[in-house]
Amino acid sequence: MSLYAKRNVPFELFEVNLLDADDKQLLQISGEMGIGLNLNEMKAVQRYFSRKKRNPTDVELQTIGQTWSEHCYHKTFKGNIATPKSEIRSLFKTYIAKVTNELNPPWCISVFEDNAGLIDFEKGYAVAAKVETHNHPSAIEPFGGAATGTGGVIRDILGVWADPIACTDVLGFGPLDYDYEKLPSGTKHPRYVFRGVVAGIGHYGNNMGIPTVNGAIYFDESYVGNVVVYCGCIGILPMNRFVKNTRPGDVAVLVGGKTGRDGIHGVTFASAELTRKSEEVSRPAVQIANPIEEEKLKRAITRTRDEGLGSAITDLGGGGISCATGEMANRSNCGVYVELEKVPLKYPGMAPWEIYISESQERMLLSVPEKNLQKVLEIFEGEEVEATSIGRFTDNGILRVDYLGQRVAELDLHFMFEPPRVRRNAKWKEPDYEEPYFPEPENLTYDVFKLVASLNIASKESVVRAYDHEVKGNTVLKPLHGRYGGPNDAAVIKPLSDSWKGIVISCGMNPNYGKIDPYWMAASCIDEAVRNNTSVGGRRVALLDNFTWGNPEKSDRLGSLVRSCQACYDFAKGFRTPFISGKDSFYNESPLGPVTPTLLITAIGVIPDVKKAVSMDVKQPGDIIYIVGQTYPELGGSQYYQLRGFIGKTVPKVRVDKARKLMDSIIKAIDSRYVKSCHDLSEGGLAVAAAEMSFSGGYGMALRLENVPRTEKMSRNDFLLFSESNSRFLVEVPEKRREDFETLMKGNVYAEIGRVKKDSYLSVYGLNDEKVVDASLAELRNCWRSALGG
Amino acid sequence: MKKKEIRVCIMRVGGTNCDAETKRAFDDLGVKAEIVHLNEMVKKGNLLDYSALVFPGGFSYGDYVRAGAIWAKGTLTNLRYDLRRFVEEGRPVLGICNGFQVLVEAGLLPGFEGISEYPEAALATNVPIGYHCNWVYVKHESSGQCLFTKEIQKGKVLRMPVAHAEGRFLFPKEKENDYLKRLYDNDQLVFRYCDENSEYANGAYPINPNGAFHDIAGICDPTGTIFGLMPHPERAYYGWQLPDWTKGGRMPKYCDGKSVFESMVEYLRKKS
Repeated sequence: MSLYAKRNVPFELFEVNLLDADDKQLLQISGEMGIGLNLNEMKAVQRYFSRKKRNPTDVELQTIGQTWSEHCYHKTFKGNIATPKSEIRSLFKTYIAKVTNELNPPWCISVFEDNAGLIDFEKGYAVAAKVETHNHPSAIEPFGGAATGTGGVIRDILGVWADPIACTDVLGFGPLDYDYEKLPSGTKHPRYVFRGVVAGIGHYGNNMGIPTVNGAIYFDESYVGNVVVYCGCIGILPMNRFVKNTRPGDVAVLVGGKTGRDGIHGVTFASAELTRKSEEVSRPAVQIANPIEEEKLKRAITRTRDEGLGSAITDLGGGGISCATGEMANRSNCGVYVELEKVPLKYPGMAPWEIYISESQERMLLSVPEKNLQKVLEIFEGEEVEATSIGRFTDNGILRVDYLGQRVAELDLHFMFEPPRVRRNAKWKEPDYEEPYFPEPENLTYDVFKLVASLNIASKESVVRAYDHEVKGNTVLKPLHGRYGGPNDAAVIKPLSDSWKGIVISCGMNPNYGKIDPYWMAASCIDEAVRNNTSVGGRRVALLDNFTWGNPEKSDRLGSLVRSCQACYDFAKGFRTPFISGKDSFYNESPLGPVTPTLLITAIGVIPDVKKAVSMDVKQPGDIIYIVGQTYPELGGSQYYQLRGFIGKTVPKVRVDKARKLMDSIIKAIDSRYVKSCHDLSEGGLAVAAAEMSFSGGYGMALRLENVPRTEKMSRNDFLLFSESNSRFLVEVPEKRREDFETLMKGNVYAEIGRVKKDSYLSVYGLNDEKVVDASLAELRNCWRSALGG
Repeated sequence: MKKKEIRVCIMRVGGTNCDAETKRAFDDLGVKAEIVHLNEMVKKGNLLDYSALVFPGGFSYGDYVRAGAIWAKGTLTNLRYDLRRFVEEGRPVLGICNGFQVLVEAGLLPGFEGISEYPEAALATNVPIGYHCNWVYVKHESSGQCLFTKEIQKGKVLRMPVAHAEGRFLFPKEKENDYLKRLYDNDQLVFRYCDENSEYANGAYPINPNGAFHDIAGICDPTGTIFGLMPHPERAYYGWQLPDWTKGGRMPKYCDGKSVFESMVEYLRKKS
């Protein structure tokens, strides 16, 4: 039996003999057509077409494959998961959306349902936020993968009619000195990947004129085969211009770049493991970036918005036109009719299915009422951007696609958007790490130097300066602060000329903790993201979740995912911080093994008056240094253990009620202007935070560990200095504000541990009053700045 | 000219991206500034309706070929005669970053003998290579010829950010000394990179962020009405844009870049 029959038409169109196919052949079809559907899903498709009493075309099968892919439909998060204890119906609803539903803050305008989350900001403006993953393409082609990741997330912001005003990027690479001999064929060296990804992100953001203001870079052995690329974008829009209301009769207008063969099967590729062959097989899945096209697109879209000419908008990302038309029609309970030959192509000879699912960049779809069409086309022409009517929305709930007068697809939208639920098994097994024992060094100066120069802590200046973080002239608190480029905890943007209100952007990521327990990793990520926001004066925080995990069909990977989702619920709820948007990337597995599960939490806060924002550099000799928050013997997964080759077991926990209260108090102190500088304690603990504050401000510090609030068991100087317990801050307060500050902090754990001093040394006195750290600021700064090339 | 009669044209093309913050600076000074696409201006043919012209920063047409080259050719091809008249009438032309690159590519700067047919200088790829975003210091060198810095004392050190990959000001090697002398003779040298203590960079990175010849950050034409600079005065306009405004004391309301726009408006106000 032949599975494919070419239709007698003057172009490439195949009918797939699905009705007669047995199970084996169903899978064969899925494999040969590269649509990545499993047997259960293929059977659902077969049943649908038996009811229709006909075989599908290649266009139809490809469309279903795109729409039902992990990348587009998030089957793992929406599916059923059996754990040893219970059955979870949708991780997303059970843990992520539940936080937002239960908190239900009035300032959340639109969450999860759109291209980006929307929260209320000021004077009728809303802030839009979205963070994307672009791991798979960046592994194959680092520059193009990262550039199109940035381009894609910016289009997500445009996809809610917002003006993109800031980008973030959080990256994970293998060790830059990784042994070439150990690299499997088809895997690129971390240094090559690193350079390409950084250049790609800069290329897009800089060219488009969007400042890249926040980010992080993390190094881990598992990222050698599975690079992690998170691209985020923040936008702003006047809420009265937000419209998503496509009506039957509206015209489907495709705007932006031409369609080519770049980006075919991007979503199915992103929903599979990377293999030695990914390079040859999937290279066409990576798109080609043209940021200037998107800059022009942005101008035309914001003008169309301001003149109120469109009825809806969405970006063309995964699945290309097939997903965008279907989703837009489905959202407004319409149908849609597409004339595929109208799509402007980069070159002739593309088959209809290729045109329909291509993920070529810089394209968006608008629905436009007929009466506004001419005006819209003129606006785009004025910006030298192509705009083409490719079809029309209908009222019949059906997706119909013609090519040169031939029907090439006809699918019921409700079928397309109700794929069979997947059912998966999850079982987390606690790893058997042990707490290491090693003698306490007498002097810790050397360890402080080693830590500030370790790659996860060292300055990322060489990368940050390759991004424009000043364009638009609204960056109030920059990623690198002052003359020494101090690492601010969060960025502050002042987006409106006539308001002092600012947007505060920060993030949290701790993959090392997840190796011990993904539950506490997620808790720590949330705590870190929120406390970074707090440090500069941010509050009313909304969260975005991004998951990079391995193959979810393997129960241990899924087990760890479930655990981290449980923590997402517990701690986002505890901090009263709703999730507003998220994105997951699975199948991050390479010949070297699975990725270290990596959760990124991005926090978007606000500050009522940017003039009160606080930076992390110490300001004035004589000021008091307080530590706020309790220190526990929690060194599992810490940078200090890692330095000694251990991982340990005592992963940092979060005591959320205390943490929330403490952060509220810090915000009050900042608003009252008692705080001159504030820095959170994260990787490298107290020692690194103090060093960073000191060498960024240019003044030394003298600290006494004896005063640090701690549990009774803690009797080692190194543990006190390097523990990574969550919810802790170092705060600089002038002597004259001592009483005010202490009154405000009542009920929280805090203590005065030292002073800012005139000389340029960081001096730390241990529990027996002996000097355990004595480090010159110039040398510390030098180690910190030069480790990653500065 | 009365302040309310002044009309500044901030031109843009695809890839221009510093137009909004440049307009904001004029807005703040109470001067009307309009952002106009080159195509729109060509269609309307109304360049001479404006009192001043600004080429703002960005990546015009992706900076393909050379930074600013396509925009420069596009402007000359379409607006050559109007532009010549605009310049001859002493109406100010300002180029910031990509705009400076445009002015050099278009032969408006250094413009020793008026608008030159071929570029007489270049803004080449940075040394060290790569895009670089940082705050720098520049020393004001003009003895009064440049109208855009009239309100700034000679020798004053200003702080502004740079953000570019192609900002290394160069003359043809064989004409370097001759051209430099002419810059000095004509009082065309406006800004040079220096450190906070007013010592010239002498080419040393990162004080000189791009390896520019003679630490040149900005020059004007012999008449002082055309001015181009790599640093971004519009990003150094308000006090809160400073990289260390949180450092002690009160935050200044404005910072150094403002004086460039002020000088320009002051000139226009006095101009008949």
